Order: sequence, then C-alpha cells, then structure tokens
Amino acid sequence: MGNFSKTFSSSLGKKLIMSLTGLFICLFLVVHLIGNLQLFKDDSGQAFNSYAYFMTHFTPIKVISYINYAIILGHAIYALILTISNRKARPIGYAVYNGSANSPWNSRNMGILGTIILIFLIIHMKDFLWEYHNNTSLPYARYEASLADPQNVKVTPLAVTDKEYSHVDYVDPQSQTHITVAKDLYKLVRDSFKIWWYVALYVVSMVAIGFHLIHGFRSAFQTVGWDHKKLVPIIRFLGVWIFGIIIPAAFAAIPLYFFFCK
Amino acid sequence: MSGHMNLTLKVWRQKSPQDKGGFVTYKADGISEDMSFLEMLDVVNEGLIKKGDDPIHFDHDCREGICGMCSLYINGRPHGPKRAVTTCQLHMRSFKDGETITIEPWRAAAFPVIKDLSTNRAAFERIQQAGGYVSVNTGGVPDANEIPIPKVIADEAFNSATCIQCGACVAACKNSSAMLFVSAKVSQLALLPQGQQERYRRVQAMVAQMDAEGFGNCTNTGACEAECPKEISLTNIARMNREYFTAKFFKEEEIH
Ligand code: HEM
Ligand code: SF4
Ligand code: FES
Repeated sequence: MGNFSKTFSSSLGKKLIMSLTGLFICLFLVVHLIGNLQLFKDDSGQAFNSYAYFMTHFTPIKVISYINYAIILGHAIYALILTISNRKARPIGYAVYNGSANSPWNSRNMGILGTIILIFLIIHMKDFLWEYHNNTSLPYARYEASLADPQNVKVTPLAVTDKEYSHVDYVDPQSQTHITVAKDLYKLVRDSFKIWWYVALYVVSMVAIGFHLIHGFRSAFQTVGWDHKKLVPIIRFLGVWIFGIIIPAAFAAIPLYFFFCK
Repeated sequence: MSGHMNLTLKVWRQKSPQDKGGFVTYKADGISEDMSFLEMLDVVNEGLIKKGDDPIHFDHDCREGICGMCSLYINGRPHGPKRAVTTCQLHMRSFKDGETITIEPWRAAAFPVIKDLSTNRAAFERIQQAGGYVSVNTGGVPDANEIPIPKVIADEAFNSATCIQCGACVAACKNSSAMLFVSAKVSQLALLPQGQQERYRRVQAMVAQMDAEGFGNCTNTGACEAECPKEISLTNIARMNREYFTAKFFKEEEIH
C-alpha cells in the first residue's frame, strides 16, 4: 500500500475523513439556509424560484452540488465503516452499562442521529430536487414587478397545459418591470408544508441535526487536532449555538411558517 | 463506629479464555465501609476457599493506585462510581447497604479474558514496544537546567506521563478505543527534547500497532477522560492526531 492509502485506511485517517466531510456539510448547511431564507420573502416565490433555477442550471454550482452529494455519501459510508469496526472491537458487551455517567447521550448516538438525517435527506431530495427536475406536471408562474415598487408583485399562475413554458428573467425597459417566468417550486414547498405530519418530519429531523452538530462540530476540530485553549471556547460556542441551535431552528422555521402563516 | 453492610454481588465467572462464562451471585455480608473494593473481594474469596470453591480471579498488585493492574467494571463504570480513582482506591463507603453490585471484566476484543475478571492487556505492551521509548542512551544525570524546558511543557509532559496503563479508557469507551492511552504515551515524549529524534516515527508506529490490535475508533465522547484514574485529558488525543497528520503529510520519517 502506498503511504497515502495507508494513511487513510488507518483509524486516524478514517477519522480525518469523517471530520472534514462533516465540516464541509456544515458549510453547505449555511449556504443552503441563506438561500432558503428567500422563502420568507412576501413575493409569492419570485426570488426563490429564480434562485432555484440558478442553483440547478449554473454549471459551477452544479459541479459543487455533485461534489456535495458525494461528500454526504462519503460521510455516511465512513460512518458505517467506523461503526462496524467499533462493534468488532467489543464482541461481548457489558451487562450493566452506565454511559450517562461519563458522556452526553448525543455523543454516544451519532450513528442513530446520522441515520435519521440520512433518511430525511433521501425524502427531502426526492420530494423537492427530484420533483423539480423530473415532474413534468409542475406548474410555472409569471411574476411582474415594477422597478419603482418591487414589493408589489403581480403573480399569474400558469397552469400545466400542453404548452411548454421556459424560464425567463429580465427587465422590460419600456414598462420598467421585472418579469420572471419560472417553474413554481415555491408552490410545491407551500403545498407540502400544509401537511401536518410532513411538517413534523422536518422539525424532528432538524432536532436530530441539532444534536448531531452539538457534538459533531467540536468533535471534528478535536479530530483534526485543533484544540488550542484559546480556540476551544469559540468552537464550542459556534457548535452549540450556531450549528446546534440557530441553524436547525431556522430550517425548522420554514415548514412551521408555511403551516401556520400561509 | 463505622457501619457494616450486606451486599449482593453479581460476578462474571469464566474458567478460561475459551469458556463462555456467565454471572454468579454471591452474598458479601458484614463488609466494613472502610474496606477497599479489592479487600471486600478478598473477604468473599476467603469464604469461597473455606467452602472449597474456586476463588474469584481478579488483577491487582500495588493496591495504592500506581501500578494499573486492578481493573473491574463495576455497576456500568470502570473502577466503579468515583472519579479519578482505581478500584484498589475505591472504598466500600461509596456503596449503600443492601446494594446489588455487578462486576464485569474490561470488555474489548483486544483485552481477552484470561479468567473471571482478569484480562490480558498485553496489547498495551505491544503498542509501547512499537515506539513508546527513547532509543538513545541518556547517559548520567545532567546538570539542572542543562536542557531548558518551559514549565508549561514540562507540566503537560508530566501529566501525560502519569498514565498507569490500566485500560479503563478502553473499558469506558463505547468504541473500545485506546486513543487516550496511546495519546498519553505519544505526548509524554513528543513534548520533551529527548523525544524529538523519534517523534514522527513513534506516533506512526504506535498508531499502526493500536490499529493492528483491534481497538476501536474514537468519537470524542469524552468517556475515557471522565473515567481515567489519572485524569489524562482529551487534549492528548488532539495532540496525537496533530502529530500523526503532521508525520504523514509533512515529514520524511516513515514506518514500513
Ligand atoms: C446534515 C448532515 C450532517 C452533518 C453536517 C454532519 C456533521 C458531522 C460532523 C461535523 C461530525 C464530527 C466528525 C468527527 O468527530 O471528527 C460527524 C460525525 C458523525 N456523523 Fe455526521 N453529519 C451529517 C450527516 C450524517 C449522516 C447522514 C450520517 C450517517 C448516516 C452521519 C453519521 C455520523 C457519525 C456516525 C459520526 C460520528 C463518527 C465520529 O465522530 O467519528 N452524519 N458528523
Ligand atoms: S489513559 Fe488513564 S484510563 Fe487509560 S490507561 Fe492511562 S491511566 Fe488508564
Ligand atoms: S492495584 Fe495497583 S493501581 Fe490498583
């Protein structure tokens, strides 16, 4: 084996992959959340639908998103490899085990939390990403907003007929209006989040991500060996408050907002 | 007058490494709360010997918390309910009269049971032999301050060096990871001038041996640090990882 493959097949090498993939996904969460905050705009989805089109059609972004899928998959695969190896390291378990005496429960159940997240991701990607790309019966919407008064958007739903629409986004110089015709992912989101159990699924999954990251974020820094006394309090703060609480809460606010306010 | 207590023990009995083993219940009556846990087992064993039964096999040596021989997984925790003590330093006053105490051996594939509660911890020796030493002859005692070492570094190296190789970290860890032990042994030498020559070879060799012994992979739960009788800190694991990745990605020294 070469030096490189030997490094990454060692226990510490595999842990390095876990931590770097985990931190990359954390970065993705931030970007994904910033994009999704456009769902809170009161514009019937003009901004969000344009954003969705851009994210799925701009080549550099497409490349990054495929890398992102591979990294999430890699994180899950290495989680499985490490979990199997950890099981083998203790073939006979304890009859009495008092884990809560020495460690927080989320740190001991990263695999279970991760599995909940994985199931969520599969459902989430099927229901929004796959549908967006492949469901030919998704409606379009036409938006017109005057440049003088961008808050005042006129929406025309374009029902699915035999006619094929295509994405347009431009400013008409004559009438000084911003005109967008876009696939109405916003409507799909709004309709989905009218179902109570679907909202519950999202909220529960965000709680799982929160607990995964309250341990995972700081754990990743410990794994790469970055634990300077001056740095650790900052990492712990970010891990608990930003990644463990604020980001999952902001994600969970989206389905709750549509369920209760739309 | 110190109180006496009556206890029920559920003890793991296993005749040999091949034997399947199982729990056997014993009564331990009239136990003084000033006894150590091992002395309590001595009392039980005397009773067993008098009856002509096989006494309970358990590891011990110094009985003052310095050798690391005593083990025992007591009521779900290595070395029992107290922090920063070995089983030989654990007093019976930490238990309540009438309590049932479950006693198991360290559980890890790398620590096979020899008999009853006694495990073979030679895997730790082999990790040490892989690199936990300084090869050059250190000669006679040098003059004080001939090799200057900053106080914080000396203190940290000393703290790492207090590890007694008991294996409680492995026993406590849900992954049976030996990283606290290995990182303490890597740190005590990596921090000091005398350890520099073999610094990057050492960490690679010891981690490779740790993996070969079949220990698990750390997930930073912190159980090891909480249960370590010498309070070896998790910082050591971060340091070992740093040393290892530096060695692998930036240094010439290699192991084969
Ligand atoms: C939102 C997506 C996710 C993020 C942001 C994330 C992030 C992280 C981070 C930062 C770590 C710490 C790495 C370390 O300790 O070095 C981690 C650990 C872990 N993750 Fe994830 N993860 C995600 C999804 C998943 C999924 C889908 C699974 C499994 C199917 C999973 C399973 C695990 C396991 C088992 C660990 C503990 C392993 C270890 O610490 O070595 N995670 N995760
Ligand atoms: S690190 Fe602590 S628990 Fe582990 S072997 Fe050393 S003294 Fe025992
Ligand atoms: S017998 Fe030596 S440390 Fe307990």
